[in-house]
Amino acid sequence: MQHLEIQPQNIKLPEGSIEKQTTTLNLGPTHPATHGVFQNILEMDGERIVSAEQTVGYIHRAFEKLAERRPLYQITPLTDRLNYCSSPINNMGWHMTCEKLLRIQLPKRVDYMRIIIMELARITDHLICNSVVGVDAGAFTGFLYVMQYRELVYEIYEEICGARLTTNIGRIGGFERNFNNTVWTKLEKFLDEYPKALGELDGLLLRNRIFMERTIGAGPISADRALNYGFTGPNLRAAGVDYDVRVHTPYSSYEDFDFIIPTGKTGDCYDRFLVRDEEMKQSLSIIRQAYQKIQEFKGPEAEVFHADVPEYYLPKKEDVYTKMEALIWHFKIIMGEVEMPKGEVYHCVEGGNGELGFYLISDGGRTPYRLHFRRPCFIYYQAYSEITKGSMLSDAVITMSSLNLIAGEMDA
Amino acid sequence: MSLTNEIVQQRLTEYFGEAVFNFTAPYGMLTFETPKENNLKVLQFLYDELGFQFLTDVTAVHYPNDKGRELAVVYHLHNLVENIRIRFKVFTDINTPDVFTATRLFESANWQERETYDFYGVNFVGHPNLRRIMNVDEMDYFPQRKEYPVEDQTRRDKDDEMFGRGGDTAFTKDVY
Repeated sequence: MQHLEIQPQNIKLPEGSIEKQTTTLNLGPTHPATHGVFQNILEMDGERIVSAEQTVGYIHRAFEKLAERRPLYQITPLTDRLNYCSSPINNMGWHMTCEKLLRIQLPKRVDYMRIIIMELARITDHLICNSVVGVDAGAFTGFLYVMQYRELVYEIYEEICGARLTTNIGRIGGFERNFNNTVWTKLEKFLDEYPKALGELDGLLLRNRIFMERTIGAGPISADRALNYGFTGPNLRAAGVDYDVRVHTPYSSYEDFDFIIPTGKTGDCYDRFLVRDEEMKQSLSIIRQAYQKIQEFKGPEAEVFHADVPEYYLPKKEDVYTKMEALIWHFKIIMGEVEMPKGEVYHCVEGGNGELGFYLISDGGRTPYRLHFRRPCFIYYQAYSEITKGSMLSDAVITMSSLNLIAGEMDA
Repeated sequence: MSLTNEIVQQRLTEYFGEAVFNFTAPYGMLTFETPKENNLKVLQFLYDELGFQFLTDVTAVHYPNDKGRELAVVYHLHNLVENIRIRFKVFTDINTPDVFTATRLFESANWQERETYDFYGVNFVGHPNLRRIMNVDEMDYFPQRKEYPVEDQTRRDKDDEMFGRGGDTAFTKDVY
C-alpha cells in the first residue's frame, strides 16, 4: 500500500472553497468567562482575535412590553431584574421616574435614606465586578473573601424589604416602613468592617505584578470613542471623561453631598478597576455623610419615611382594617385603578454600569403607554469587538469582565 | 454663554425654518418634531453647531390611531459640556417605515436601531447590519406594536377596562 504523505497539496477541499486561515471560536452563550448568557463569536488567528461578533438576547423577557399592561407599582419587580447586582438602584430610579411624572416632592430624610441604599448597592455592584476581574486574572480568593461583605449589605436589604437579590425595595413616595434599629446596627457594622476588607482586596490586586501585567493595556478605549459608543458610568470615567449623573443632573438630593468623581486615563481594564475601587470608597463616604444627616433630624421629621401621596402610597395596614377610606385606597392602588397624569418623562440615575434611563410616556391611563429602559451595558457592549480586536484571547476575557456586562440588563 | 432651551429652539428655527416644529418642554426637556427626511440633517446640525455629541437613547413608539404617523422614532441627545438634554421625534407611516440611520454619526446607534427595528419594524436606511437583536431571526412580526396585546386573547375572566384602556378585547369580542 502506497504511503500517502499528508501534505497541503494532498488535502482535497470541496470545489470552490477557499482555505480558511483563521479559526472560529464560540465564547458563550454559556461559558465560565462570560458570567452571563451572551455569545461572542471570535475569529482567531492563533491566540489573536481578528474580529469578534457579539450576540445578545438569550434572556430577553419583554419587560418593556409587559410594563405596558401593569400599573406603576407592579413595574418595580421588573426593574429588579435588569442589573441584578444592584437592583435597589434600578428600583429607586424607577420610583423617581414615577415621582417626576406625578410631581411628588420627597422629604429630605427619604432622599438620604434612598442614597444610603443606592450607595450600598453601588458598592456591591463594583465589589462583584472588581473581584471577578481578579478571578479572571487567576485570583479566586479575593472574590470568595469579599462575598461575606456583600452578605452584610444583603442583610441590610433583608431587614428593610425582606428580599436580598431582587429587592423590590421602597415604594413610590418613599419606603414601606421606617428603618429599624437593626438596620442601623448592621449599617454601622458594615461601615466598620468593610473598609478593612476593601483594603485587603486592594492589597491583593492593586500592586500585584501578575494582575497589573494582565490588566494594564488590556481592552483600552479612548475618551472620544467611548463617548461615540455611548459609554457611561465607570467605564467612561476610566477613559477620562468625568461624566456622572449624580453630579450632572442631581437627583435624590445628591447635591447635598461632598464626593469626588474618580477618572482614569487610558480606559483599559486596570483603569476601570481603579475607578471602581475609588468609587466604592467615595460611596462609603457618601453613606457616612447621609447617616450623619439622618441623625441630625429632630422631632417628627426624624420619623418621616415617605411623602404624603395617598393616591399612590399604600395606607397603613391597621387603617386598612379599621377605616373605610383607607380600605378603598388600598384596594384602588392594589388593583391599579389609579390614573396617572398625561405626560412624557425621561429620568436617569447613575446605575452600577452608568446612566440608567427610564423613558415613560403616559396617555393618562393606568398603565404606561410606553416604557423604555436605557440600559447602559446594552449600549456599551457594542464596543467590545472594537476594543478586543488584535488582542489576545485572555485579554478579551478579562476585558469582558471588567466592562461589567450583566446579561439581565443587556437583554431587558 | 450657557445653552438654554430657548437658544436651542431659536438656533434650530433659524436654520431649519418650518422643518422643525411642535416645540414643547415636558418636565424641562426641549422636545420637537422634524420630518423623517430631515432627521440626519438635524442630528448633524445639533452635533456640529450645538454640541449635542452624546446620543443617549434611540427608541420608537407606536400610535396605531394616528394614520400616516403611526411610528415615532425618538432620539434623546445630550450636550455633556453645557449639560443640557433634548429630545426629538420623527414620525413615519407604518407601511413605509424608512428612516435614515444615525450610525454614521454615532456608533452607539447601531444596536439601539437594531432593537428598534426588532420591536417596531422601523427600517433604518443605510444601517450596516439591520438584523433582529433580541428576538429570533425567524420571527415575522414586530412584537411591541400595539396590535399584539400581552394578555391571552381567549381569556374571558379579564376585562381590559380594569387596566384603564377600554373593554374591547375580552368581553365585547366574541371569542368562542
